[in-house]
Amino acid sequence: MPGINADAPGSVQLLMGNEAFARGALEAGVGFAASYPGTPASEILSTLASVAKKMNLHAEWSTNEIVAMEAAAGASFAGIPAISGMKQNGINVVSDFLVNTGMTGIGKGGLVVVVGDDPSAISSSNEQDSRWICRWMDMPLLEPSTAQEAKDMVKWAFELSRELDIACVVRETTRLAHTRGNVELGELPKTEKKAYFPDTWNMCQPARSNFTAGPFGILHYQLQQRLAKAPAIFEASPFNHYAGPDKPELLIITSGICRLFSTEAVERLGLQDRVGIFKLGTSWPLPEKLVEKQLSRAQKVLFVEEINPFIEGSVMELAASFPATKPHIDFYGKRTGHITLFGEQNTDLVTGALAKVMGITYQARDAQYDKELKEAAKMVPPRSINFCAGCPERAAYWAIKDALTLDGRNGFATGDIGCYSMGFAAGGYFQERTMHCMGAGIGVANGLGNLKQFGFTQPVIAMAGDSTFFHACIPALINGVYNQANFIFLIFDNSATAMTGFQPHPGVGKDATGEQAPAVDMEALCRSLGAKVEVCDPFDLKNSTATLVRLLADEKPGAKVVIMRRVCELVRGRREKAPYKMHVDPDRCVGDDCGCKRLCIRLFGCPGLMWDKEAGKAKIDEAICTGCGVCTDICPQGAIIKEAV
Amino acid sequence: MKALTKEPLNVIIGGVGGQGNVLMAFLVGGALVNKGFFAGVCDTYGTSQRGGPVASHVRISKKTQYGPLISSGRADVILVIEPAEALRLLNQFGSQDTVVITNSRPVYPSDVSSGKATYPEMDELLQAIEKFSAKLTVIDGTDAALKMGGSIYTNIIMIGALIGADLLPLDRESIVQILADRFHGAVLDNNTKALDKGIELVRQ
Repeated sequence: MPGINADAPGSVQLLMGNEAFARGALEAGVGFAASYPGTPASEILSTLASVAKKMNLHAEWSTNEIVAMEAAAGASFAGIPAISGMKQNGINVVSDFLVNTGMTGIGKGGLVVVVGDDPSAISSSNEQDSRWICRWMDMPLLEPSTAQEAKDMVKWAFELSRELDIACVVRETTRLAHTRGNVELGELPKTEKKAYFPDTWNMCQPARSNFTAGPFGILHYQLQQRLAKAPAIFEASPFNHYAGPDKPELLIITSGICRLFSTEAVERLGLQDRVGIFKLGTSWPLPEKLVEKQLSRAQKVLFVEEINPFIEGSVMELAASFPATKPHIDFYGKRTGHITLFGEQNTDLVTGALAKVMGITYQARDAQYDKELKEAAKMVPPRSINFCAGCPERAAYWAIKDALTLDGRNGFATGDIGCYSMGFAAGGYFQERTMHCMGAGIGVANGLGNLKQFGFTQPVIAMAGDSTFFHACIPALINGVYNQANFIFLIFDNSATAMTGFQPHPGVGKDATGEQAPAVDMEALCRSLGAKVEVCDPFDLKNSTATLVRLLADEKPGAKVVIMRRVCELVRGRREKAPYKMHVDPDRCVGDDCGCKRLCIRLFGCPGLMWDKEAGKAKIDEAICTGCGVCTDICPQGAIIKEAV
Repeated sequence: MKALTKEPLNVIIGGVGGQGNVLMAFLVGGALVNKGFFAGVCDTYGTSQRGGPVASHVRISKKTQYGPLISSGRADVILVIEPAEALRLLNQFGSQDTVVITNSRPVYPSDVSSGKATYPEMDELLQAIEKFSAKLTVIDGTDAALKMGGSIYTNIIMIGALIGADLLPLDRESIVQILADRFHGAVLDNNTKALDKGIELVRQ
């Protein structure tokens, strides 16, 4: 199959939404791409990085989202079209910088921000709606509905950002990001890119100075003036369109992936002659004249959008300004409870809402069939959340659990987002008790570790992954040293950003394009800050547990760092063969009579261990076991045998 | 190969994380686009990507790009590499008209190993799938794959079963072509053999 950089205008490829964004950026002549990995947006940068050399493009995994955004803006200041993609959490991280680009403008290159929202928080710790940032920062907002539009709109976003001199935000949700669809390719530009920061340019100087306000107040005014040009451009955009009868009984106003759910819901209920759909691709600022024209079609409006009532609110705000002589419109949506205020939308939910508004009864399938099938399906066992077989983080959590239990002072662990987030569940023995944003584990520990004067005696283990350490933990570690907070900072160093697909980070010695890069020495960095640092192999359970017990007992204030170093099993498994061949000695295994009733399977919980029902003993699932050998050390009977391969 | 039997034709390709069903959906989707169809391929997964239930929704149309997710009762074909997942998917997306093709080899969840849950008896499971679908075909895909040299071939054998069952507007050559874009040499040969094995098994 031809690649993402195929010079084949008119040909059709099956592209994931994120790949389509990357292609659109290539068609816009992007020269600089920087991101931090985050589901559902990671593939934008990885796709661009895969063709960076061929396309004369700089693509990097940056330390965190704000560095990525600032780097991209730097390129745009020097005339190079630049893009940064991120998940919803990322928009919060970049916001402090981004708000200032509104004041200064973005240079001549063009600057596009793609944000991937995750309704239902499928791969996140929240389901924030990132669109609001465009209202409070005065930025234009585009919402594509299909992979084709993702490509076409991101290309347009570059032009728009140059025209308005404002960073342009393109919002996707999970089902657009990760759905593949047909994309007809456009042309790739052949022009050479040349970077230069204009000699006389001072970005903080307002263009006009006959104002009494300070320079930044004037710059805000000038930003509003620039954004005020957007509605007229949006009025004519092909990305806003209406489909349906001229005067429908009900008008659906929708955006993004919800346009497809809405179209199918109308079809499902056979309402094509009674319901029309106005799809808004340019969601902020509203093209008010166009919206007003669409509203005049019907006296009933249903809003269908994902997460918050963003369009619903701004359209109703506009309607409130209409003269009293206009016909009254009944608005339905999240405010009226027809569309859920949380979670993903889908065709079933939209069909239900539409049926309710139109007074139609609707059943997805035969009631009797549905009832009987639901009953029969109860035999399907759940498949619950767990670490992969041979995961070093499972072993580290086993050591954390044992150390905190041996310490006996009701200590606990604080954490954040990554594979190790599974520590909140059975897979990590319920050890992770707080989970917020990147780096929050150590941030929170800075508070918990300085409560001695209030009688707080519980020891705290703050946890973070290696990529997260570089992303968000260093200022908090410095704070712990400086303000003498008492906690252990445990870093799961598995040499990858594992959760999002093994992207490299500053510690691994490779860059986004796979080239060698300098590796930042995490251990030396922590030591240089004045923290006590110990390095453990999590597979050495005895030493890891003993180290944690010793440090927990150390009541001297100040952050203590434990690096649990062992490469991600999925990364290791691709590079080398299993170190051990495992088997269970059935004569030694006591099965259900084991201290904790199948301790290895039920408590340790590695999926490589299974239960032999007939024998009533544990056994190794050879298809899944990765031969790490850790279960040998947790079996109290010495029944799990490892043989070096 | 048949023409497109329904507009849109809704196919779910499911299994357990790590079995390769995301690749299956990608190959089928790519072959459809090469044949001039609109294909929408959406992978659904929870946080547990390895060992968790994973299903890809493939929506095929001659006319337009359909939304990413098949809705309740609207799956026309369910193809799975793990039999319990067939009933899970049938419950979510199936109807009396759904055609099911499943691999026979179960993958036991950790909750079953630990004693917290039970895996149904195979007869009981297959009877339920048969009762609530239009047609059930069981393929000994893993067994055939192991004979070919590894369980890794199971997913391509199952694609063969899907093609051999004449449910999609795709022929053998359209899959061979897309396999050739991705694999070369011995790997391509083995995958082509796996495809043919699946076609043979479903037609037996």
